Amino acid sequence: MSTSPSLHLRGSATIDGAPVFRDVHLEVPAGRWTCLLGSSGVGKSTILRLFAGLDTGISFEGEFGASDGPLNGRVALMAQDDLLLPWLSVQGNILLGARLRGHTPDSARANRVLDRVGLRDKSASKPADLSGGQRQRVALARTLMEDRPVVLLDEPFSALDARTRAMMQDLAAELLVGRTVLLVTHDPAEAARLGHSIKVMTETGLRNVTPPDGTVPRPVSDVQVLTVQAGLLEMLRETSPCTP
Amino acid sequence: MSSPPRNWHIAVGMAWGFSMTAARTVVASALLALAIWQGAVWATGLPRFILPGPLLVAETIWKSRALLAEHALVTIGEVLIGFVLGAVLGGISAIGLAASQTARVLVRPILVFSQAIPVFALAPILTLWFGYGLGSKVAMALLIIYFPVTSSFFDALMRTPPDWLGLSKVMGGSPARVMWHIRIPAALPGFATGLRLAAVYAPIGAIIGEWVGASKGLGYLMLLANGRAKTDLMFAAVIVLALFTVLFHAAVGKLVTRMLEGGGPR
Repeated sequence: MSTSPSLHLRGSATIDGAPVFRDVHLEVPAGRWTCLLGSSGVGKSTILRLFAGLDTGISFEGEFGASDGPLNGRVALMAQDDLLLPWLSVQGNILLGARLRGHTPDSARANRVLDRVGLRDKSASKPADLSGGQRQRVALARTLMEDRPVVLLDEPFSALDARTRAMMQDLAAELLVGRTVLLVTHDPAEAARLGHSIKVMTETGLRNVTPPDGTVPRPVSDVQVLTVQAGLLEMLRETSPCTP
Repeated sequence: MSSPPRNWHIAVGMAWGFSMTAARTVVASALLALAIWQGAVWATGLPRFILPGPLLVAETIWKSRALLAEHALVTIGEVLIGFVLGAVLGGISAIGLAASQTARVLVRPILVFSQAIPVFALAPILTLWFGYGLGSKVAMALLIIYFPVTSSFFDALMRTPPDWLGLSKVMGGSPARVMWHIRIPAALPGFATGLRLAAVYAPIGAIIGEWVGASKGLGYLMLLANGRAKTDLMFAAVIVLALFTVLFHAAVGKLVTRMLEGGGPR
């Protein structure tokens, strides 16, 4: 893995002329976790897709990129849906990237990565035989296998139960250390646990929130973490008044 | 983000499983059909050269088994060759169309227009081109299954879940490898649908070909029997053809289920 770059984005996005976000200025520091919070439809995933080089369906005016040149080929993506291919085994799934690039699949390394996510014994299983948490661990293993300096996470843990989610957060924080991680999330608790830098995205721009002290992943029961979590929830509620 | 089909494997597993209950149902409905047939013979009192009863037809099948087998083997050969060629050509065409925008723009209108021509209308021309032997019947079977195979596989190839394509783009996959490792395996259920349809259509193509001009085959035998008022033999040929089609459809069904369980190319 090369040295992780920092990311930046500055600009506005519209969809069919209607603004999605305006004058957003986002700095994602190198080698740290940045958590991007905000209500649905505020354009968080759009920013992630811009960095990933995927179609966003919107028009973006402005500029974005990495501190040291083009991002192409240096990004890994992990989403809420594990996107595992049902006809491939666990090992086949984490070797998919190598196959798609025409490289010789490195099974030995795949096994080491599976060891790290604790799924070595499931190497030959099909995704349908795994639990939701296990499938998401396979997706994490696939992300690690890609070995990219920038990792984009689009609510990767939001479909998991609370216990599994906390375990996945610990595991991801441990395994993605040193990489530039941009995590899009709905969950204030997740942001408070994982963010070296926490930003709340609103219709009027980005707000920086001071993260709690302590090393990532912070303990769930830490008073500061809980206070920041509560503060984030308050902020989300006031920036997008919900009409239930 | 939209989800790819998570119950993919379940759909595959359910597709073609015969159980004992299903077998009993098949036998029961076959008996019912025979009863209705025999009932119609008794009720109408039609002469046997108009409507032979099931017993007479069964007797004819047994007596003429050598003749029927000889002609059936010819038809089966035509169907199998036509099916394999149609499946291969249809598969290649679908992949070509899915891979190339230019091909889609240029070739798809031709394909759609060609479907407006009834295949029956082409039979005399094919006989002229390929002769009275195997060639014209294989060509008919191939033509009749080519479009269903191509279109159902092509549609499936164009419906790859966009998130899988997004992931493969981020991974840096080349279009050809994404086709081979993701789009084709994901579209195999669509290909399977096309092949199941083809298993039923291919015999129709072969029979039409034989009607137009042949000296062998079940279609030829039907015309021959018809001309000599051997209605029982005609019925016998129809039933042999129907039995073959049912078995062929079931065999293709089993085959594609195995193909889907195997998960295609890796």
